[in-house]
Amino acid sequence: MGDLHVMRDDLRPPTTPPRRHLISIGDLTREDVERLLGTARTLERSLDREMKKLPTLRGRLVINVFYESSTRTSSSFELAAKRLSADTMSIKASGSSVDKGESLKDTAITLGAYDPDVIVLRHPHIGAPQLVARVTEACIVNAGDGKHQHPTQALLDLYTIQEQFGRIEGLHVAIVGDVLHSRVARSNIQALVLLGARVTLVGPPALIPRGIEAMGCETRTEIDAIGAADIVYVLRMQSERMQEGANYVPSLREYTARWGVTPERLRPGQKVMHPGPMNRGVEIDPLVADAADALIETQVRAGLVVRMAVLYDLLTTGPKPIKAEVPMEVA
Amino acid sequence: MLFVKDAPKENLVIRGARVLDPVESIDHLVDVRIDDGVIAELGSNLPVNGHRVLDGSGLVLAPAFVDPHVHLRTPGREDEETIATGTAAAAAGGYCAILAMPNTEPVVDSAAVLGALIEQAHTQAEVQVGFLAAISKGQQGGELTEMGELADEGAVGFTDDGHPVVATSLMWRALQYASITDRPLAVHCEDPTLSRGGHMHEGTVSAELGIGGWPSIAESVMVERDLALATYESRTLHLMHLSAKASVDALRRAHSEGVRATAEATPHHLVLTDEAVRSLDPNVKMNPPLGTGEDRQALIEGLREGTISCVATDHAPHARHEKEVPFEAAPFGVTGLETSFAALYTHLVEPGLLSLETLLERMSAGPARAYGLDVPKIAVGSPANVVLLDTQASWQVAEDGFRSRSKNSWLLGEKLRGRVRATIAAGRLVHES
Repeated sequence: MGDLHVMRDDLRPPTTPPRRHLISIGDLTREDVERLLGTARTLERSLDREMKKLPTLRGRLVINVFYESSTRTSSSFELAAKRLSADTMSIKASGSSVDKGESLKDTAITLGAYDPDVIVLRHPHIGAPQLVARVTEACIVNAGDGKHQHPTQALLDLYTIQEQFGRIEGLHVAIVGDVLHSRVARSNIQALVLLGARVTLVGPPALIPRGIEAMGCETRTEIDAIGAADIVYVLRMQSERMQEGANYVPSLREYTARWGVTPERLRPGQKVMHPGPMNRGVEIDPLVADAADALIETQVRAGLVVRMAVLYDLLTTGPKPIKAEVPMEVA
Repeated sequence: MLFVKDAPKENLVIRGARVLDPVESIDHLVDVRIDDGVIAELGSNLPVNGHRVLDGSGLVLAPAFVDPHVHLRTPGREDEETIATGTAAAAAGGYCAILAMPNTEPVVDSAAVLGALIEQAHTQAEVQVGFLAAISKGQQGGELTEMGELADEGAVGFTDDGHPVVATSLMWRALQYASITDRPLAVHCEDPTLSRGGHMHEGTVSAELGIGGWPSIAESVMVERDLALATYESRTLHLMHLSAKASVDALRRAHSEGVRATAEATPHHLVLTDEAVRSLDPNVKMNPPLGTGEDRQALIEGLREGTISCVATDHAPHARHEKEVPFEAAPFGVTGLETSFAALYTHLVEPGLLSLETLLERMSAGPARAYGLDVPKIAVGSPANVVLLDTQASWQVAEDGFRSRSKNSWLLGEKLRGRVRATIAAGRLVHES
């Protein structure tokens, strides 16, 4: 995994050996991704056992800090840490000192005083993970920073695709909807392109960011463009990010009519993915969401093992290697 | 219109420097004698006459710089900058005069607020400082300020900088009314309905980072509008901190049609591009945002040919805690007074993109002319406004070297070539290093 992007005003020497973080898919090599997916596959087998808890991260502390609401990401990180026997704490911005105006820096310093091994952070702004990395000693896992990245979502999506198709290279993925506001889209474009998939973005002109082709994808405005894809990845219409009067689309009704993913617009056998939460009847027809070709529930299950793999990877091959008292069945 | 601390003037002899004055067309090794703050003689082996001697050998002696765009944060945010610290920073940067923007708390929109600032300048200003007053009351974009009284009190010009003049009708009336004062209007060109939600240039980098994009047309459509108004009224106009190629093209077209508009560009727009934002450093967040490489090339070309006649730092101090936040939460603006010459010497002159003579002209005579101020020059009888530059010296930009009260420089940690060795402003030696 790549090193932290050191900020310009950080003149402290880097800690040696450097801590590792998971902030952006852009920091990973193809080998990193393949190693993480392999670890996840091994861990998935452990979940079939009656005793699901592994002692691997006993005594480690994982703090989940969520400045934005979340169900599946926060719950799966918490369960992933618990399944690996780490201690966990979860902090939500509402009801915490953030409500009293405490800055991210001060909150991070406060939590850093507990010597966490990992801080899982979701924040409305890009750069928040780097800021927390600068003022704490923890490994940082980005669970969503503004509209920038959500790397564990992309990894679990790769895992889902790999399990379904047996490969990622050469597949064609159409990502449909509000790309402009989507960290899921940005992480997935990078991840899919890294592993050799073809990516086509489909959506209304104002929601496909100008210049995004430079990431290695194609862009189309007609919904018909999803027809050629192996996988149709449906993004949520993020109405909470829509500024009033911005007029990205005239109405949700018109959006659904033009870009909603319906059974009529899909070929038999095309797989459908969605990061959740879904707006049924807006970006995705309920019949599509519940059809056998939808991989949405598989994605959630993949989220658990992929997040276990990320925690395991950061803490067992990083600067503070775990003592080998309990052998772990990982390749 | 310029105000400075009342203090005794200098008697100096500057020996052996390469005197380089693009206005006076001087470029040779010559001694300069300053008697009581006035340039008294140029010649070889001038007698000392008991004056203090500055050794200029190996150095360039040039007209001191004029910064047409500085935020002194006074009144209201003296924790970020004061007239004393801001003008000390200017002295360290080689400036003999700076112009302060009126977007303070309260806004400089009345003779009372302006008068209080002028009074402070008389006791605190290390270099000459001029004050722009607001175009609209409270910079709210509604009613015109009392420009007549503000001009009488000493305003150098008028601007709502920090904010655009949104209503076209207000900009039109401002152009008409400002004509009675003969002081220029300076405009911050931004269509806020286009820039809303933007934190960086809209392009490939913003698309990848997911940072709200600020399209370059937010600037250029307002440049076009204001040039159209200036043409219609046959008035002059000063365009602040241009950042987009389309804006430079529009200004060049207007010049060819006879419009007498001036413009400025900042060192950060002349050196950096939106690629710098990948660092997520809040010290590369500014308004207008950094453009593409193509925009940067257009600004350099505009500066070289004179379409853009001024370098302006847009020195914008911010408290540390305000910038120690994620990029999108940070305020716009960076400091620049103490690094402008070195930044442009290193990134434009050394690579051969701009001559030293042109840079010196755009940092001194260009801004002075845009605001109708006396042009600093190295000529007998002129007040001593000169800077002694070491173009060989390298140095590293560090927080503890700044005289500004704020440290939000986009150059922290950078190694630069070109150092200000001495600044003489209004006849006083205000900086030596």
